Amino acid sequence: MEVFEADIAIIGAGGAGLRAAIAAAETNPELKIALISKVYPMRSHTVAAEGGSAGVVQTHDSLDHHFNDTVGGGDWICEQDVVEYFVAQCTEEMVQLEHWGCPWSRKPDGHINVRAFGGMKIERTWFAADKTGFHMLHTLFQTSIKYPSIQRFDEFFCVDLVVEDGRVQGVVVIETATGQFTLIKAKSVIIATGGAGRVFRENTNGGIVTGDGMAMAYRHGVPLRDMEFVQYHPTCMPGTGLLFTEACRGEGGLLLNKDGYRYLQDYGLGPAEDKPRNKAMELGPRDRLSQAFWYEQQKGRTIEEPHGSVVHLDLRHLGEAYLRERLPQIYELAEEFLGVDPAVTPIPVRPAVHYTMGGILVDGKCASPLSGLYAAGECSSVGIHGANRLGSNSLAELCVFGKVAGIEAAKYAKSVAPGNTASLLKQAADSQKQAEQLVTRLDGKKGTERIATLRKEMAQTMEDGCGIYRLGDSMQATCDKINELKQRFKNVNVEDKSSVWNTDWLLAIELGYQLDVAQAMAYSAINRKESRGAHQRLDGFEARDDVNFLKHSQAHYAGEGAPRIDYGAVKITKSQPGTRAYGAAGEKAEQEREQAAHV
Amino acid sequence: MSEIEKIIPIEVLRYRPEQDTEPVLQTFQVPFTDDMSVLQGLQYIKDYLDGSLSFRWSCRMAICGSCGMMVNGIPSLSCKTFLRDYYPVGLRIEALAHFPIERDLVIVMDDFIEKLESIKPYIIPKKPRTLIEGEYLQTPTERDAYEQFSSCINCMLCYAACPQYGLNSKFIGPGIMALLHRYNIDSRDGGKAQRMEMVNAEDGVFDCTAVGYCSKVCPKHVDPGNAVNLNKMESAKDYFLRFVMPKGTGK
Ligand SMILES: Cc1cc2nc3c(=O)[nH]c(=O)nc-3n(C[C@H](O)[C@H](O)[C@H](O)COP(=O)(O)OP(=O)(O)OC[C@H]3O[C@@H](n4cnc5c(N)ncnc54)[C@H](O)[C@@H]3O)c2cc1C
Ligand code: SF4
Ligand code: FES
Repeated sequence: MEVFEADIAIIGAGGAGLRAAIAAAETNPELKIALISKVYPMRSHTVAAEGGSAGVVQTHDSLDHHFNDTVGGGDWICEQDVVEYFVAQCTEEMVQLEHWGCPWSRKPDGHINVRAFGGMKIERTWFAADKTGFHMLHTLFQTSIKYPSIQRFDEFFCVDLVVEDGRVQGVVVIETATGQFTLIKAKSVIIATGGAGRVFRENTNGGIVTGDGMAMAYRHGVPLRDMEFVQYHPTCMPGTGLLFTEACRGEGGLLLNKDGYRYLQDYGLGPAEDKPRNKAMELGPRDRLSQAFWYEQQKGRTIEEPHGSVVHLDLRHLGEAYLRERLPQIYELAEEFLGVDPAVTPIPVRPAVHYTMGGILVDGKCASPLSGLYAAGECSSVGIHGANRLGSNSLAELCVFGKVAGIEAAKYAKSVAPGNTASLLKQAADSQKQAEQLVTRLDGKKGTERIATLRKEMAQTMEDGCGIYRLGDSMQATCDKINELKQRFKNVNVEDKSSVWNTDWLLAIELGYQLDVAQAMAYSAINRKESRGAHQRLDGFEARDDVNFLKHSQAHYAGEGAPRIDYGAVKITKSQPGTRAYGAAGEKAEQEREQAAHV
Repeated sequence: MSEIEKIIPIEVLRYRPEQDTEPVLQTFQVPFTDDMSVLQGLQYIKDYLDGSLSFRWSCRMAICGSCGMMVNGIPSLSCKTFLRDYYPVGLRIEALAHFPIERDLVIVMDDFIEKLESIKPYIIPKKPRTLIEGEYLQTPTERDAYEQFSSCINCMLCYAACPQYGLNSKFIGPGIMALLHRYNIDSRDGGKAQRMEMVNAEDGVFDCTAVGYCSKVCPKHVDPGNAVNLNKMESAKDYFLRFVMPKGTGK
């Protein structure tokens, strides 16, 4: 096996991985950085983010407002000290991207422009039309080319971490083009592999979003935190799940049921007014909007279409010219994929899985409990999203915590000696054998389970048991089903036996990762006997229970068996758990809180 | 779901270097519905008919740039090309033209990446600014000037369409020319001289015949042909042959 000696290995070259690489290179140009990605960096799923990225800029806004929106939006299981740091850094990071060339949309005077987003009290979402993630990713990728110490491993697929003497010391990768294995030795490792939305059926995620890094860390004993919190985005394309950004509503789009009625007013988000009001109606948070859809469907007030029930996202009143300027990609998606002209006809939408709030447990410095291992971006749980992420906080997170991870990993790399190559190689050879056995199989027999069948059954059971509303019985059925699929996975059939671009094999490895992540989600969900944020139960646990569940779940890997779930404390600095209300009720609650604070 | 399932023949150019001496066509009968993309057709083949078929894809929404291929001879993003448009005759899918085939529909894209890296695709500030000074001011008009050229998703369809690149791969080509132009005309940038200096005259012939096919196939309205032509005109001011590979990075 080939060996590459790096100081820092970064798995993932999306927004978080690229930002980390640049930060590490700037912290110490002497360090050799291996930036590994299973796709070319600009294909990473950050590319698909549409709406925008948060950062306080307006004079009537404040860091406190951003903090309160985030913590309340997360239903109070956020790490408040980390949120304080986060909101204080966002704007600088957005300016940094601007200096690197990101084409932010502008006001006539040349300053950057901001738009409204769900759950945000004041407009603070920086945007580049409706291709924000695309522009951020390309800006970061192209800027990273400036730094000679960043050595990229494009289209290298990571199969394992190498851990020795209680610290991570490298990673094992497959070169997709050849099927060859390489051990990349590193003194510190950053995981930035993105989310895991593809474990669900209908989702907004790209094919590569399979939770690989979460599973790799988890298998080495690092807990996955808050995995039960999975965000459904309320406005997605029926069938494919492709996203119509929240910016559609930020710009004034309306949600209508089959009677043309703005149904959100029936779910504590009203009153319905002509002009968009922040944190009300269509600008409420995602969990509430997806839940309202579910109830409308129960009441028979949705529209039935071949790919399921839908409601209408109405943008007609914004007019073609404005839509083409602010939401050009949305316009094209509707036209090309649905044959709908949004200036003339409302767009049919339904909720789909979008974002994993939980992930690899790390502290505010992005350090996991395993020495030398850091994580940033959607794969991590640094603690800012709680039970429900606010739109536009995630892109900002990639920058703020990508940078932190890069700096910290660089510091750590300086503090330790390189590992013993011979013994690391022995471990790497074991990882290689494990991966190859999926194709060659120990028993020499042909597998009988199709990858696609297992994947489909997994995605269906996750939707059935861990969807917008959850029941004990159905979650139990999902846990059982995932356990069954893990057994059947041992008998998976990788048809392709070749070395060059064997995607059949890589899909099988990804499916193994997905099953572990799905299991962590399902068991974390069934154990949380309350309703909070994106985790809503209808079986006697409809209310939030701060006495027993104002805490983070932590799933620990247990090999063949069910994960062990325990709980960690939530850090509260200045916001005591309160009633989470939006619309007029939310404004009233906020006034009361402010008055109470002034007495 | 209530739709009646139709079947469409999809012919795919296969090439497995460990087993095929040259590319061969293979036909699959694929059930489809009217909303299915060509990419979804390929996924069906991989999932249920032949797991060994290889192709790149990810976003499914025409933004990651992975899924470029030839559909009936036309460079296309398979995720936003629809099967219904080829029914009942069927369609033929091949790897992107003008690039070496690595396997099946996967091409070797090293040349494109090397070109991208070579043109300094980042802001070289006219006037450096600290973070505390805040953002550079840039009016909407100044932004609009380069925005179109910054929308390139690196899908390389324009390279598969470019007759000149097909003849001489040293030609820097439409997409990267658009990227170079994007930075040169950004009001924050002062690196144009450096970028143009690197584009050297001796390494091959620049002979864009301005057929404009590159712009026609571009799925993102970048109009890379326009970037080439704008710079061609400008180049006439000093020397003509500058849009070829930078010294030393060509293969
Ligand atoms: C459609 C959509 C729209 C969104 N819009 C917004 C928005 O408007 N605002 C907002 O704040 N957030 C938005 N989000 C969320 C946000 O975009 C994501 O959370 C974020 O981009 C994730 O970035 P990341 O760097 O963590 O991971 P990614 O960008 O997904 O990158 C993951 C990287 O890891 C690599 N990788 C993974 N596994 C392996 C492996 N085994 N080996 C090697 N490499 C591997 C991949 O190749 C890739 O480079 C949106 C998300 C989606 C899906
Ligand atoms: S210019 Fe257009 S066709 Fe060429 S690579 Fe860019 S997006 Fe693709
Ligand atoms: S799959 Fe991303 S562009 Fe087609």
